[in-house]
Amino acid sequence: MLYFSVPLGKLVRRVSRLRGGGSALPGLVVEKIDPGFMQRTLSTLPLGVAVVSGTNGKTTTTKMVVELLESQGLKVFTNRTGSNFTRGVAAALLGEVDWRGRLDADVAVLELDEAHAVHFVNKVPPRYCLLLNVLRDQLDRFGEIDKTAELLQHIASKTTGAVVLNREDPRVARIADTIETATPNGPEVLYFGLDDSLLSTFPNDDEMRAAPGSPVPPAPAKPQADVVLRRVGADDADFEYDGATVTTGMKLRGVYNIFNAAAALALARAIAVRGAGRGTSGTTDSAGLLAALANVAPAFGRGESLVVDGLPLELVLVKNPSGFRLGLKSFPAAGYATMIAINDNYADGRDMSWLWDVEFDTLRDGGVDQLTGSRAYDMALRLQYDDVAIGAVDTDIAPALAAFIRGAKDKPKRIFCTYTAMLAIRRELSKITTVEVVS
Amino acid sequence: MTPASPETPHELSFGHVLPPEETAAPSKGTIRVLQLYPRDMNIYGDWGNALVLAQRLRWHGYTPELLEYNVGDDFPADVDLIVGGGGQDSGQLVIQDDLLSRETVLKELAEDGTPMLVICGLYQLFGKFFKTRTGSVIPGIGILDVETHGTDERLIGNVSVSSAEFGTVLGYENHSGQTTLGPGVEPLGTTAKGTGNNSSDGQEGARYRNIVASYLHGSLLPKNPALADFLIKTAVERKYGTFVPGTPDDSYAALAREHAARRPR
Repeated sequence: MLYFSVPLGKLVRRVSRLRGGGSALPGLVVEKIDPGFMQRTLSTLPLGVAVVSGTNGKTTTTKMVVELLESQGLKVFTNRTGSNFTRGVAAALLGEVDWRGRLDADVAVLELDEAHAVHFVNKVPPRYCLLLNVLRDQLDRFGEIDKTAELLQHIASKTTGAVVLNREDPRVARIADTIETATPNGPEVLYFGLDDSLLSTFPNDDEMRAAPGSPVPPAPAKPQADVVLRRVGADDADFEYDGATVTTGMKLRGVYNIFNAAAALALARAIAVRGAGRGTSGTTDSAGLLAALANVAPAFGRGESLVVDGLPLELVLVKNPSGFRLGLKSFPAAGYATMIAINDNYADGRDMSWLWDVEFDTLRDGGVDQLTGSRAYDMALRLQYDDVAIGAVDTDIAPALAAFIRGAKDKPKRIFCTYTAMLAIRRELSKITTVEVVS
Repeated sequence: MTPASPETPHELSFGHVLPPEETAAPSKGTIRVLQLYPRDMNIYGDWGNALVLAQRLRWHGYTPELLEYNVGDDFPADVDLIVGGGGQDSGQLVIQDDLLSRETVLKELAEDGTPMLVICGLYQLFGKFFKTRTGSVIPGIGILDVETHGTDERLIGNVSVSSAEFGTVLGYENHSGQTTLGPGVEPLGTTAKGTGNNSSDGQEGARYRNIVASYLHGSLLPKNPALADFLIKTAVERKYGTFVPGTPDDSYAALAREHAARRPR
């Protein structure tokens, strides 16, 4: 079995690529005939496996961690195709291993969907995990927020070297208790955190609910964080680590992307600087990592800026109420033409209730020029109830996008879109401008 | 408690803000709308229902006063309309004892004909009990003659309900508790698409006096203005004798309904 599973899987991968098929089929084939393939291949990596999970920001953060580590000369295996489930990882591995099944990499950094991460860590216990947040995302899929927190806790329980947690998300920070008490010789627990002055820009789901003036429970003593985001400027930010605050330029846009940068820095430090979980010192220093962080560009659709008619067009992915609120806050509407594209396919979340948990008052002054997507009229109805003026509505994305670009020729443009709407918009945009190809 | 005055927008729980009042026309009257447990029971866009009631009251020419009741608060007097939503299991545990302590006042308001909308979790807790999969029984306040049993099956997806009273009601369900109605209540309607109360009898929601109970989010009221206007009309008639409707523009609601109805389960 073992001798031919890799060549066969690679063959299936070639054939399915020729046919333009899905990226997971070869992974499925190799999983069926050689269930130990993934574990066997990944266990050979000298710096082990790092898993990135949580509701928001997995793709951006994983991309940052990979670029940080690569900047220090490490060879990194990652699931770039966005196939953030076990079969997707197996499929991505097949693309990278040689015909004898060997992977030429120092470390694997994998973005995994919360539910699929559980299956993955049962097969491949990671050396590191980075747990970002637990927010309302596609509750129609996972059921409840507390269940999502349990999924993340399971990932942490299987991690051997270092668990990196968001200190500011109570559901994530709480995972530390389960690790420390359960296994005294378990992994190191590290945090990334925010300066108190920035906390109000990152309301978590519980804080968003507290009525103004209602008693706020006293903040529990916060643990020391390995990396703290102290300040966010127009094109720079301050990070504190090792007892000093360092200012660095940033190409990333949006406060939440820059908080994810703090998360990425904490994980990269654990892997490359601290050598956490290996009992050895690391291979590089943090100054090098920070220099690389300044050059990280946003992942596709995460505040990505394209050029149309000589003016910027920004794509902002929105997939849950917290993300939409942060997007509206991070990218002020003034001076921009705005379009919103809402689809309700499985990957978008099918229940439209989430739109009603977002406030659109920041769009009231300029209105919204164009609405599109299968649920464009749900969005129109939502804006009507927030007294936001609406230009045009067309459920078909291609004509809506064309009309939007025509109508706002002399203005920078911004499109808030759900996941599948973003894919469709990028496809259309690639016909008229340069769009990074995402395979 | 954050009463909204016409001049200044007040921030409500969950950071929600009611848009500023636009019209200068004299108000036909004030309706006090109480949100039940917005801090703990708000998981599926329940603010949407409160917002729709407040804005439609304005569009009909009345002044909404949005109130909130959370665990441990004083229960406000002179409530004209009540709206409550769903929570996750932890939210339901938080409110459970407090809700039982408010059984008397809520029962009085219900029997007196106060219009109420209760969705999902509060629908279940307005019933007699919720029996979990492991057999433990969570008592409800028994305003509605319904009982709910926890199951392993999660009922998820788009729902279309035929209601004699409100026409086609559209929404989205996501629950594992299954509810059966006793003789003391009527169903809101029968499901044409989706499951509703339980996977066996094809009924969705419950009606009792002026209470509408339902599993549907979406949020429910924005795409079902007939339901919203029933609650508003009832509240106004009880307080002022007659309801003089305005002319809300429901063209987006009609189009949103048309497109939602075509989406797969």
